[in-house]
Amino acid sequence: MQQDKLVIGGVELDSRLFIGTGKYSDDALIPAVCEASASQVITVAMRRVDRGGTGVMGHIPSSMRLLPNTSGARNAEEAVRLARLARAAGCGDWIKIEVISDTRHLLPDGYETAKATEILAKEGFTVLPYINPDLYVARACVNAGAAAVMPLGAPIGTNRGLRTREMIGILIEEIELPIVVDAGIGRPSQACEAMEMGAAACLVNTGIASSDDPVTMAMAFRRAVEAGRAAYLAGAGAVSHGEAVASSPLTGFLR
Amino acid sequence: MRITVNGETEEITEGLTLLDLIRERGLNPDIVVAELNRDIVARDNFAAVRLNPGDSLELLHFVGGG
Repeated sequence: MQQDKLVIGGVELDSRLFIGTGKYSDDALIPAVCEASASQVITVAMRRVDRGGTGVMGHIPSSMRLLPNTSGARNAEEAVRLARLARAAGCGDWIKIEVISDTRHLLPDGYETAKATEILAKEGFTVLPYINPDLYVARACVNAGAAAVMPLGAPIGTNRGLRTREMIGILIEEIELPIVVDAGIGRPSQACEAMEMGAAACLVNTGIASSDDPVTMAMAFRRAVEAGRAAYLAGAGAVSHGEAVASSPLTGFLR
Repeated sequence: MRITVNGETEEITEGLTLLDLIRERGLNPDIVVAELNRDIVARDNFAAVRLNPGDSLELLHFVGGG
């Protein structure tokens, strides 16, 4: 396990749990969540700043790699504009492309996402597009120069888990890039399941931030992701759908 | 003179630099990103860029998000 690094855009990561910074009851919890999660990648959003605004950067440990998202973008052009602004902030060139024009279900627009991915990859960004787990959208993002793809498990912020399990399984099978399951993961068991299936990593925001005790939940997600990864590497035993298969010898009984 | 900041028209003193305006608004220039008339202004140039009447300025920063 010591050698089991996740490599995205040439960067080696020890942790396969990415976390977010949204929806905390108090942003002052974020440093402790970072520590408990052992995560190395953290998402942020970019917004207009009001007078006296301080934002979230003061709560993010400097050791974390920033993954700004393009939330608020309704098309590729707006996503590209936000991405360039995010890079101008001087915190690296990783970008999570998020293009959403449906405000009810918050589902990503695959076509616009692939377009933005192509433009930004050419500009040297490390692009992680957030997509529906659709094989053709994922392939379009690969061809556009993505560094990983991030399919959703369930709609954003719903904590409903791996509703798209089979589609994510297809991406894991077919796509060479790391698959980072993003959105909808509400419980550690769901993150663990994604990792057991062979996902490269999970991104969890609401599942941690909306819990009663985000620091403890961050620790639980860390363990779940590690357990799921170890199980994937160990290779699960075959499932028997018929009769039971004894684990103890069927001979030499005391009679 | 009048400029637009984050979509709102505002009256500001003539001759202000971008850095002056950012400081006047109680913001830390090290965490603010600026886009002036759709062009990104590098942080190192905040002090050199003087604002002109009719300018459209966007000031952004990172907030919590997933």
